[in-house]
Amino acid sequence: MHDLEVGEHLYRFPGGLKLRHHKQIACRDPLLRPEMPEALYLPLQQHQGPAGEMLVAPGDRVLKGQPLSRARNDREVPVHAPTSGTISAIKAWPVSWPPDSEAECLVLQPDGKDAWFETTALDDWRHADPADLIGHIRAAGLAGLGGAMFPTAAKLRGEWQQVHTLILNGSECEPYISCDEMLMRERPGAIIEGGLILARALGADEVIIAIEDQMGAVDESLSRALAEHDPDDICRIVEVTTIYPEGGEKQLIQVLTGAEVPHDGLPQDLGLACLNVGTAAAARDAVIEGKPLIERIVTVSGPGIKHPRNVVALLGTPVSDLLAAAGGLDDDIERLVLGGPMSGLPLASDLIPVAKGSNCILVLRREDTRRVQPVMPCINCGECVRVCPASLLPQELYKYLKAEDYDETDSLHLFDCIECGCCAHVCPSHIPLVDWYRHGKGVLRERGIEDARAQKARQRFEAREKRIAEEKERRRLRREQREQKLKAGGDAKSEVQAAIERSRSKSAGPDQDGDS
Amino acid sequence: MKLTLAGAPHLPPINTVSGVMKQVLYALIPAIAAHVWFFGLGILFQIALAVAFALALEAVMLKLRERPLEPFLSDYSAVVTAVLFALCMPPLAPWWIALTGMVFAIVVAKHFYGGLGHNLFNPAMVGFAVVIVAFPLDLSQWLAPRQLSPGLPGLWQTAQAIFTGSLPEALSWDTLSQATPLDALKTGVAENRLVTEIRDAPIFGDFGGLGWEWIANFYALGGLWLLYRRVISWHVPVALLATVVVVTVPMWLMGPDINPSPLQHVFSGALVMAAFFIATDPVSGCSTMRGRLVFGAGVAILTLAIRRFGGYPDGVAFAVLLMNMAAPLIDRLTRPRTYGH
Amino acid sequence: MSATLAAMMVAVGVMLALLLGIGLVLLVSARKWRPDEDSVVEQINQILPQTQCGQCDYPGCRPYAEAIANGEADINQCPPGGEAGVKALADLLGRAPKPLDASHGETKPPLVAVIDEDRCIGCKLCIQACPVDAIVGAPKMMHTVIADECTGCELCLPPCPVDCIDLVPRRRPFIWSVDTVEVESREALEPAKTEREHA
Repeated sequence: MHDLEVGEHLYRFPGGLKLRHHKQIACRDPLLRPEMPEALYLPLQQHQGPAGEMLVAPGDRVLKGQPLSRARNDREVPVHAPTSGTISAIKAWPVSWPPDSEAECLVLQPDGKDAWFETTALDDWRHADPADLIGHIRAAGLAGLGGAMFPTAAKLRGEWQQVHTLILNGSECEPYISCDEMLMRERPGAIIEGGLILARALGADEVIIAIEDQMGAVDESLSRALAEHDPDDICRIVEVTTIYPEGGEKQLIQVLTGAEVPHDGLPQDLGLACLNVGTAAAARDAVIEGKPLIERIVTVSGPGIKHPRNVVALLGTPVSDLLAAAGGLDDDIERLVLGGPMSGLPLASDLIPVAKGSNCILVLRREDTRRVQPVMPCINCGECVRVCPASLLPQELYKYLKAEDYDETDSLHLFDCIECGCCAHVCPSHIPLVDWYRHGKGVLRERGIEDARAQKARQRFEAREKRIAEEKERRRLRREQREQKLKAGGDAKSEVQAAIERSRSKSAGPDQDGDS
Repeated sequence: MKLTLAGAPHLPPINTVSGVMKQVLYALIPAIAAHVWFFGLGILFQIALAVAFALALEAVMLKLRERPLEPFLSDYSAVVTAVLFALCMPPLAPWWIALTGMVFAIVVAKHFYGGLGHNLFNPAMVGFAVVIVAFPLDLSQWLAPRQLSPGLPGLWQTAQAIFTGSLPEALSWDTLSQATPLDALKTGVAENRLVTEIRDAPIFGDFGGLGWEWIANFYALGGLWLLYRRVISWHVPVALLATVVVVTVPMWLMGPDINPSPLQHVFSGALVMAAFFIATDPVSGCSTMRGRLVFGAGVAILTLAIRRFGGYPDGVAFAVLLMNMAAPLIDRLTRPRTYGH
Repeated sequence: MSATLAAMMVAVGVMLALLLGIGLVLLVSARKWRPDEDSVVEQINQILPQTQCGQCDYPGCRPYAEAIANGEADINQCPPGGEAGVKALADLLGRAPKPLDASHGETKPPLVAVIDEDRCIGCKLCIQACPVDAIVGAPKMMHTVIADECTGCELCLPPCPVDCIDLVPRRRPFIWSVDTVEVESREALEPAKTEREHA
């Protein structure tokens, strides 16, 4: 038994903002499956970590669900074909991260048949070995569908003490995003089964499903599904207050348990694991039906889209197809955002494909992003300090980053910033605080890399100097020995001479002496 | 389709600098109205002069420093400085008082240090401190409140007094002016009279001084509006006023004859105004919440000390300036604990 | 002597005594707790970028660090360290920072050496020149640069008799910029832009 109570009592995290939701506009219509796109673009790296080993080459014919790459360890995540067709090329294609960049993508031309590869389900998962479950989940290409795309297998096993509680994160706190809410309304049973599977893989005794208290319909559908799929009462639904950024892993854990994840540790160190409800549903599909991760629900919303809705998109679908499926764009579009308005990434083009962590495409017009005031100096009003959920001092961080004093920013715990955007949202001077923190983190990371390189270079330089010095010493010793021998060799020479004299005198000697 | 690649958040922030400053001005309106009611139109002239000088000086400094006039001139920060300064002035103070005050507030305290957001000291208080040291006589000529006055000066008379620097013939300082309650207390205590005796003077009302206590009430009202609109946080006002009460209650209980009561302290002078409007100046104050508590308490203690032991009847301005000096250190020492550490 | 004059002299005397006393204390402690010579060299070496390029006119970063500690060399002779390095050294040693001495070279972005395998003749001269042993190879065998170990010091370029070594910019991690960028959205992509065959 553990002594950390989860979900018994709800705590509050410091700061946070109550935001207008704009979520229901995309939930009014049922889920739509867009038409098959002309081509699917699959980046090899759709997760945090190295890409897997490639299994196909241009020209290969593939079937739906066929693995296109293989994971060699828990940090790599395989990619599967979303539909049947031909791999026409492997080429550079616009991707979402880094912004305005391209990466190697497999280009899949669908053949229209949508023929499935052979699926292997894990039938008796309730009694399966957790390692087998995790292996199956890894092979199905699961990564965190909440947006962070963390390799799921690496979250399920690793160097920690036993995890006792699995938290399924359904508290989607960011405005406009409603893909998790739709999933919870449409497939609550899949989420619960997935939760039970993941709990078995982790060895956890209970599952908490966290939803926001304004998700009324979700509570009903989940409760009904619980009655059907969870006879042992392992799962529990907990409603948390709707306040941004409640859905952040660290904040959710703080709300449910009152404990904080240590800054140099993981939730697993507290005996908790936190996974998105979408990941749970995908785990259920992988284990019970043998289907790998090839599609996900994406919210297409925002003031600039004609018909906001949630769509079931195949991975690799270009964003332009999703925009068309949602009725098309209004005039005067200024920005496409992957994610929500508070923490989403700007997209440089609508050719960028849907990846495993693409939860929402937000379309913003010029009038939505227009600033009425240019960036002004910080007036130290303290609003940012008041709203920061990590209890940081945003305006101090900003001042030191502007002055390029990176050591001080490190001591102000820059890396504990979760980039939620609350501080920038309340800043009266309209300072782009999150941009500065991302910039500072990049500089500090690069510094860390450079420092490590410099360390290594110094060690190798010193090792080389040592080696050269030793060689010199050895050569000097050998030279000395030779010189010694030569000098001794001079004595030997006179010895030979003496011996010759001796022999000469010997041959001359007896005559002189007259002896015979 | 041209797309911009800006970082999150993608919707513009909800506040603006001019919005924040305007809220402060709105919150001061009740107090200004009460001031006009009790002490006449002089205060409006002071405000108008100070604002005019402040904006003019700000424009000149921005030009000299090669900064754009927009948005700095229209962010209302100079206006707030000017109004707060003017509210500390006697109603009939000559026009050069406002000019001197604004020169030191805007040019020296604000722009010499780097402009908006960079001033170390509260500009209005710097202006006030310079003026009270340079023109002590003019700053001691306070008017008697409506209830005690033979007649508050009219519009034309007020204008004459302010713009020429001397009273019009019909009026004289003897009839018009009256020591402020704190002035009366100080001179009375120096003459070894009991506080209870001093309090019998007509200048004193129920709590503080006649008229002044009502103005303090309206400052508090404005302050509550600012709290509601989240322009200021509760830390400085609560710390300041609580410290005043905590320090004066024991003194008063031990010797009610020689020590003024806590309410008297609170409702006299500029303490309530300072609590909500002056000590809450964000740029020169503390940025951490715990630091603000310390700041407010420090201002209270220093003000009470100056009132009791110092040469000036009300030490709020100097107390604020002294705490401004300490603010960066207080910030450093009161950093909150980050999540996970 | 009048009372005021006496008082003044006492005041001046006390101040002088205080100043002398404090000065003496500082002098003695500076002599007694002088920073260890070796530790200063080590601290300077920690700041230097370890490129081991010799542009400072010393055969490596540690000799340069020792020269700075001795006072033989100035702090602004290291181009790979850049202005940031000069400032860090100035902060450490309590001196005024100065601009980089251009006669020692210019600060370049991080580079790595790459050997063109078609032209390499296996002469081992570059291997001997590399100060961090970042080139592997044997006589008459292919030489190659270990990119992770290469500091971009350029010492391998002069000895190569066939001039087969190139310096290319090192791949750096992405750093978010602080300005808003306007990008022309890529609506039409030319088909044969960057197709690459994979073995």
